[in-house]
Amino acid sequence: MRLQLQVRSQPSRAMTALSPVIAIALTVCVGGVIFAARGLDPLHALYVYFVEPVTTMWSIEELIVKAAPLVLIGAGLAVCFRANLWNIGAEGQFTAGAIAGGAIPVMAPDLGPWVSLPLMLALGMLGGMAWAAVPALLRNRFGTNEILTSLMLVYVAQYLLDWLVRGPWRDPHGFNFPKTVAFQDWHLLPTLGFGRVHLGAVFAVIAVVVLFVLMSRTLKGFEIRVSGDAPRAAGFGGFSRPRTVWFCFGLAGALAGLAGICEAAGPIGQLQPHISPGYGFTAIIVAFLGRLNPIGVLLAGIVLAISYLGGEAVQVELGLSDKTAKVFQGVLLFFILACDTLIRYRVRWVAGRR
Amino acid sequence: MRTLFAALTGLALSLAVGVASGADKLKVGYIYIGPIGDHGWTYQHNEGRLAVEAAFGDKVEVVYVENVPEGPDAERAITRLARDGAGIIFTTSFGYMDPTNRVAKNFPDVKFEHNTGYKRQSDNVSTYNARFYEGRYVIGQIAARMSKSGVAGYIASFPIPEVVRGINSFMLGAQSVNPDFKLKVVWVSTWFDPGKEADAAKVLIGQGADIITQHTDSTAPLQIAAEQGAHAFGQASDMIKFAPDTQLTAIVNNWAPYYVARVQAVMDGTWQSHDVWDGMSAGMVTMAPYTNLPDDVAAVAKETEAKITSGDFHPFTGPIHNQAGEMVIGEGEVLDDGVLLGMNWYVKGIDDKLPQ
Repeated sequence: MRLQLQVRSQPSRAMTALSPVIAIALTVCVGGVIFAARGLDPLHALYVYFVEPVTTMWSIEELIVKAAPLVLIGAGLAVCFRANLWNIGAEGQFTAGAIAGGAIPVMAPDLGPWVSLPLMLALGMLGGMAWAAVPALLRNRFGTNEILTSLMLVYVAQYLLDWLVRGPWRDPHGFNFPKTVAFQDWHLLPTLGFGRVHLGAVFAVIAVVVLFVLMSRTLKGFEIRVSGDAPRAAGFGGFSRPRTVWFCFGLAGALAGLAGICEAAGPIGQLQPHISPGYGFTAIIVAFLGRLNPIGVLLAGIVLAISYLGGEAVQVELGLSDKTAKVFQGVLLFFILACDTLIRYRVRWVAGRR
Repeated sequence: MRTLFAALTGLALSLAVGVASGADKLKVGYIYIGPIGDHGWTYQHNEGRLAVEAAFGDKVEVVYVENVPEGPDAERAITRLARDGAGIIFTTSFGYMDPTNRVAKNFPDVKFEHNTGYKRQSDNVSTYNARFYEGRYVIGQIAARMSKSGVAGYIASFPIPEVVRGINSFMLGAQSVNPDFKLKVVWVSTWFDPGKEADAAKVLIGQGADIITQHTDSTAPLQIAAEQGAHAFGQASDMIKFAPDTQLTAIVNNWAPYYVARVQAVMDGTWQSHDVWDGMSAGMVTMAPYTNLPDDVAAVAKETEAKITSGDFHPFTGPIHNQAGEMVIGEGEVLDDGVLLGMNWYVKGIDDKLPQ
């Protein structure tokens, strides 16, 4: 007897709905064992990890702050991935957006309140778009693999930011520390609610809705999907592949850039060498966790944000180490992605030897 | 489905239990930049935390969050500790400065202690730091005595005053023994990255350095020095067990007395905002045992250590020249703390251009 994965003739509807439930059940079981092995009450630990982050207004707001950039970037990436374009350089596009938008408070601090912020946001999107345009151009002109080019540009963007904040953009009154001047009030995104939730969260929701409509209701969305699923068919249908490449990279870059300037002009309030704890890379997981569907990305972003906040909560309240929290986060992601296999495959016991 | 229900009920029950525990204790919180197992910077802060636990036992509940990135995540982590009822919170990296001050404004009843920063925007924020440069002068002297090639290699993190001051102090110590001593510097742009630190150590040894010192937190440079037959100094913590035949001494950050005193002050209601910059005299900086070196070298090092501890000698005593050869301070005078805190220039003789 052995276990075999068999391709289903078509994706299972039941499993589409059930797989997250199975994944969470498995995570709870394995997580319970991990926590018990650390000498903790597994139920209490799971409560602290999953439920507590959504029990107070403060942590819900923090959840939104953490999820906003992930959703914004992930939604754009989902479109790219649907078109079979592997843009894994969102971290660089995020950074480029923050740099481009951050240029206003650093280089033109006296620009009026009403002009500055819209200009910063527009520049942020343009910056991200420009950064994403490079792999798109190379891909269209020379057939270069976009995985490598987009990834390598991440480091270029990070070093560019590093150089700027240590060099020409460094705060002259900052004791030589690598930071720009603190942004003025009118350079900062207005906040909503009581805490740190800012306009970026609204942008994320708008992006999700627009992209959902775009992908499911418009010809452009159809073009992108066909271009990814069946490039030859798309060609026969008169869809231009290079145009799809430009569109997808431009869109994903603009959203990542917007996320970047929203972080800089939101919770951070200035530019510094490290402005992202890897949002651009985590958003890749978010896109797949959300099954490359914009609404799914929104949910996935929230799940991932919970796992971060939960990881912190178990450290503070249960004295669990950061490593254990990360292992648990890995288990969660593993099961969710693994269970999605069940949608396209069925598991069968096959008799006999191979 | 029924089991799921049972599980949910269980969760709700354990919630009730969770809320009921922990009253009357002073909650003490720590935010760490690295893992407590880095055997350097964070490790020493954690030793201080353990000392607080040992000193107060049941009267305190001490919690920490490790690997907290500098930026928005730090503000959330600090807020979480404050909301969780912490009475005093130690934030132990420079990049937590603005987040600490922002959170402090929202929690006027909680005391905040920020390590290595300079901003105290409300009266519930203190800053504290150690004069590590005092130890660097001592190891500079040892380096100059022990080096055969007359070249030392310095693995530096970020060109902020803290690090530049350490490099200068090391060089002044070395020059007090050998005026022609050479110092090469590699900037790795990280506080903790064993791979990068190891590469930097290899490069420096390849360039002729036979003494390695570092302003980064891992034990990798020591281990590379051990492999390649060079000598090195431990950083922040006594790292002798990672390189028993290589470490000459280590500058040890001893936060324990400070942490115990500050927690006591909160308990007594005597806590006040202050800015502390203590060194050897207060025991905040100590030297690990002098090992792998001749008795006479150890004796001189001990003598210097004693003179700095007693206040008879200050590492930044003139004459001091900058790289351009201009005299910064004359014979017998001492650089004041303001100059030290904003230091962004090299002393004469350092074979590097300060990244600007």
